[in-house]
Amino acid sequence: MTAKTIIPVGPYHPLQEEPELFRLYCDGEMVTDIEWETGYNHRGIEKINESKTFEQIFFVVERICGICSTSHPFAYANAMEEIAHVTVPDRAKYIRSIVAELERVHSHLLWVGLAGHFIGYNTVFMWAWKYREPVLDLFEIITGNRNSYAMFKIGGVRRDIEEKNFTTILNILDRLKPKVEMLMKAVVDDPVIHLRTKGIGVLTRQDILDYCAVGPTARASGVDIDIRRDDPYAAYPLVDWKVIVQQEGDIFAKAVVRFLEIFESISIIEQCITKMQKGKPAEIETKVKDIPEGDGSGRSEAPRGEVFHYVRTDGSNSPVRHKIRAPSYVNVATFKKSCVGQTITDATLALAAVDPCYCCTERMAYVYDARSQKKVLDGAGLIRLSQERTRTLKNKM
Amino acid sequence: MLRDIFYFLIFPGLLFAFAGGGFLSWFDRKVTARLQFRVGPPLLQPFYDCIKLFGKETIIPADSAQGLFFLSPVFAVAGAVLSCVLILLPAFGMTSGFAGDIIVVFYLLMIPSLSYIIGAIASGNPLAGLGASREMKLIIGYELSLLLVVAAVIMKAGHSLSLHEIIAIQQQQGAFIWSLSGILLFIVAMMCVQAKLAFVPFDIADAETEIAGGIFIEYSGTILAMVKIAKSVMLLALPSFVAVLLLGGLYFYGIHIFWSILKILGVVLLITLVRNTNPRLTTGQSMRFFFIWMNLIAVVAIVMTYIGW
Repeated sequence: MTAKTIIPVGPYHPLQEEPELFRLYCDGEMVTDIEWETGYNHRGIEKINESKTFEQIFFVVERICGICSTSHPFAYANAMEEIAHVTVPDRAKYIRSIVAELERVHSHLLWVGLAGHFIGYNTVFMWAWKYREPVLDLFEIITGNRNSYAMFKIGGVRRDIEEKNFTTILNILDRLKPKVEMLMKAVVDDPVIHLRTKGIGVLTRQDILDYCAVGPTARASGVDIDIRRDDPYAAYPLVDWKVIVQQEGDIFAKAVVRFLEIFESISIIEQCITKMQKGKPAEIETKVKDIPEGDGSGRSEAPRGEVFHYVRTDGSNSPVRHKIRAPSYVNVATFKKSCVGQTITDATLALAAVDPCYCCTERMAYVYDARSQKKVLDGAGLIRLSQERTRTLKNKM
Repeated sequence: MLRDIFYFLIFPGLLFAFAGGGFLSWFDRKVTARLQFRVGPPLLQPFYDCIKLFGKETIIPADSAQGLFFLSPVFAVAGAVLSCVLILLPAFGMTSGFAGDIIVVFYLLMIPSLSYIIGAIASGNPLAGLGASREMKLIIGYELSLLLVVAAVIMKAGHSLSLHEIIAIQQQQGAFIWSLSGILLFIVAMMCVQAKLAFVPFDIADAETEIAGGIFIEYSGTILAMVKIAKSVMLLALPSFVAVLLLGGLYFYGIHIFWSILKILGVVLLITLVRNTNPRLTTGQSMRFFFIWMNLIAVVAIVMTYIGW
């Protein structure tokens, strides 16, 4: 092989099935540099939101990410409530936290399965996804949907959890715990998995601070950040839980952090439900009449890290500006540190270790002419190109 | 001449080997599925796959070495079938083979892997090239271990180089696996078979989640079907080879047919279990695994054979 071979991962990821492109510049099997490209599937959600009403936006931002589809509405609700100066009733806070934590459980289990598939351990893949299934059933009991829950609104939630469902939920969680423990033992105690993940794709504490990485990626490298504790919202100050931190920063530490977070999340859900059972049925929303002029920011801890929403309003029924930052956008940048200097085998694993979500990371892509520094291939240019191509094909036929 | 063609094409050659290998690959897939809480494919699924692939468009990359790219799966099938014939003829007692056929079989079993490498390099795809270099390293790793196993078996059989005589000696004295050195040799042989079949943990050359199929990335349609046929024939040939070397051979009469099938299924079951309870190793790790550990065990087994354990 020549000194520099480009190994492409994408434009359609062979495993994660999302459009992205990583160019691994390789010297033999060693990765010397990495470039990444998204923008294949840009949807312009921030722009769309400027033409939607505040209530409609919940359903749009829910569809930014299919896996963590509550984290975006959560952050958006926090932002809107800051603008409108609304306090949310306690019962709504508990329900919000329950949904968000269930989402963390299902998202982490999904990652464990995918990570197993990545290292060729398909049994872990299938088992993890089977154990994730009851969590989706829980979502159906609580919200009516297995995915895209449509649960949030400004000032509260849309649906109450019925009294008769409390025991069902606790029972399903009780049955889930031993299964996750078994899965964790199978992964954490496997010597061959140690060989593949320990000391691979290491991100030091300084790397995390340099690249502003968030979520489990940061917590696996000894950076103790969690929005749920640092900027308390919803029911998190009302229950007892701890932030999981590991020091090693390799892929194994990231797996351990995610496994332990599953248990923390289950504990948070159980505490929330116990507190709701003690309290009487109460209001689940504060009625909000209109949104004043102003701006606000909201944060929430998604399974992958901090989600940030900024909203500016002008007193009408839709925002003037809505800015969204998803956690993968900062986490993906750490690949420069974790992949360079690894073999291709280890690098593809390190690419998956931060649990990247490419549709969260989608940004508008421009093509620049390197010489004249001018923008080429804009919308009109692409249409012209497509028409020319069709014409030549037709002529050939 | 006519009989040789019958041996090669019908029984125990192409047709029988493909039918048997297809059944074994169904068995492997079904057991895998049951381990993973899935239902699994119907019995004839491997054959449906091949029939469907034969009807599909075959795409040959424009900048590939087209002749080599097209021919290498054919060589792979030919090598796999020929090795299968040479193993099964003496095993079934149909001919007594010839002196030194164990050496011929050993080299024939290497041909499919070599063909895949040639085809991958001919395809001109960087990922296939990467897969080919990995496959080469893997071959360098496991061939020595397998050679040591064969050497030990030859020593056990009183320096006979004929598969027929190896089986005959095992019939008189009992299978070679019923000794301490035999068990060690069986472990090494199983690991080599795992690597030769490119199953997890040694599927580094065609790791679909890392290099998107690696050596087979450019194959499609008919030639992909040829690759699949070669792979399923190998799934019959290699367990039979292990059965002949260490498990007392295969027989084709009476109640012994049942035992023979059980031996093959047992070996395939072991392969399936190993591949479902392990993640994929890296190239360096698998090289180290064979060079240090498997070779060490094989050498110990040879010494034990010499002493007579």
